[in-house]
Amino acid sequence: MAFAAGVDSRTTHGPFVESLPILLHGLLFLLMLFSLTLGRYPVPFGDVARIVLTTFPIDAVGDYDNAPWVVVEIVRMPRILLVTLCGMALAMSGAAMQGVFRNPLVGPEIAGVSSGASLGGVAAIVLSWPPLGIVGLAFGSGLAALAAAFVLARLAGRGGALALVLSGVIIGGFCSSLVGLLKTLADPLVKLPSIVYWLLGSFAGATYEKVAIVAGVTLVAGTLLLALRWRINLLSLGETDAKALGVDVDALRWGLMGLVALLVAAQVSVSGVVGWVGLIVPHLARMMVGPEHTRLLPTAAALGGLYLLAIDDIARSLTEQEIPIGLLTSAVGAPIFAFLFWKTQSKGWMRE
Amino acid sequence: MSDAAISLRDLGFFYSPEVWALRHCEATITRGRVFALLGPNGRGKTTLLHLVIGALKPCEGSLEVKGRVAFVPQLFEVSFDYTALDMAMMGRARHIGLFAQPSRADEAAALAALDRFGMAAYAERPFHALSGGQRQLVIFARALVAEAEILVLDEPTSALDLENQALVLERIAALTRDDGLTVVMTTHHPHHALAIADDVLLMHGQGDYRVGASRALLTEDNLRALYGAPLKRLAFEHEGRSLETIAPVLTPARREAARTITRSA
Repeated sequence: MAFAAGVDSRTTHGPFVESLPILLHGLLFLLMLFSLTLGRYPVPFGDVARIVLTTFPIDAVGDYDNAPWVVVEIVRMPRILLVTLCGMALAMSGAAMQGVFRNPLVGPEIAGVSSGASLGGVAAIVLSWPPLGIVGLAFGSGLAALAAAFVLARLAGRGGALALVLSGVIIGGFCSSLVGLLKTLADPLVKLPSIVYWLLGSFAGATYEKVAIVAGVTLVAGTLLLALRWRINLLSLGETDAKALGVDVDALRWGLMGLVALLVAAQVSVSGVVGWVGLIVPHLARMMVGPEHTRLLPTAAALGGLYLLAIDDIARSLTEQEIPIGLLTSAVGAPIFAFLFWKTQSKGWMRE
Repeated sequence: MSDAAISLRDLGFFYSPEVWALRHCEATITRGRVFALLGPNGRGKTTLLHLVIGALKPCEGSLEVKGRVAFVPQLFEVSFDYTALDMAMMGRARHIGLFAQPSRADEAAALAALDRFGMAAYAERPFHALSGGQRQLVIFARALVAEAEILVLDEPTSALDLENQALVLERIAALTRDDGLTVVMTTHHPHHALAIADDVLLMHGQGDYRVGASRALLTEDNLRALYGAPLKRLAFEHEGRSLETIAPVLTPARREAARTITRSA
């Protein structure tokens, strides 16, 4: 008989699944420490741990005559922090967007934000703006792309998920064409190489200023996104059902997209376009803890940090000259996605 | 009328201005009763349901809904493989703050509601792995968790085998009898309406709607006018109770036609 009186609510998700996000965040911290040891100047793991744990706040005035301290805290730390934050933000954004649009092929770039931010960044390079100017213009134009997509979807009338996706495609395509135009117009000796390099994505120019921008945005938008994660379940039921459950579908969808746009714009502005992370990591996370978003988002965040940090470690230590990380994320991402595709095909998408 | 849960006055809705899906619709749905909407496809049954749950807004006339509404969609498919418990918990949407996550109390409420429908043992099962009838029961549990007063069902028996049809109909009757809920449902089965609905709305479309007690309105003449096909209302005895049902009349010619349809489909 189906009546089971003594179902223990504590066994609901199993202790392993419940503690997995904590475990992964612990692993992430260890990988961050390990990543600080990588590089030309050797600093042993023990020294790295000691330096990190005794220097607080991170940007404190430290011992500038002490070479290991300078290497760890000034040279490597901004990059490690930036990569970790971006990985977490991208993966969480991707998980949220896949839920909102009920589509596993969706990434955080859905509203044309990446293309918009690229356009801003490239324009700033063409105008010879300083590094922080590039970051600022990329960030601003990423958000402008979202606003344009919003207006376009509203003008089209009915709204709805499909209108959003289409207007994102339109705005993204338009921005990409403008990027192409700027590339052809740019000075091929000086500007074009830096444009191409910037667009390929890299964390090489990490500074504490960039960390501050990304950390500020991620702290606010990421926290809000996490707070709203249960509501993504509701949106994923579809418009009619979510409305009947009392959800303000349009407001929630736009709110979530706005938060994701902030996160993506911040990431693109500091490191160029880093694709595939927001597409693949949510699938990996879903294989571990299931599709329920209160569990999925924290897990995806930790996995995103781990994934991007590992790839960035490879990008900067595999060869003499650094490989742009955007190239690696696609080169590594495509086979992983193919594997996931093969693995989940029999069960159907999303049923991991 | 103080016991009206839902009142429709001259209600109209269109998707595009040339074609009204619903027009001049008048009805009063009484609290604590089962109200069934019957009619061929395209006469506005689902549109009316979507108006009642607030997914659509009336284009003319008025619609007054007194009480919290829960909706049970037809053929429930979910993009993600949530567990039955995750699904039932979503009924708490109005009770959980915008930035909050479900608490242990919400989870306990969802489990208790699943238990009400004999689904507690399936709480951790993927929703997709459940049978159509079991999914309906999970969604009923979700409505209970929402503390809804009005339950709106879109063809609750359409995807179910005979055993599950009987089970679900029995549960719907129990929700009004034991929990005092008001149920509004669409159905393609007049005998289901006769079995559990107190009142029915016959939707001929375009301003022609008939509302009344199911026993009085579900006559052979009315049903023939509604569906354009002959149906028989039959009385019979079962375990000492006198019951009634409605059956379609399939003459040999008709049976031949039915076979042709099956073959071509």
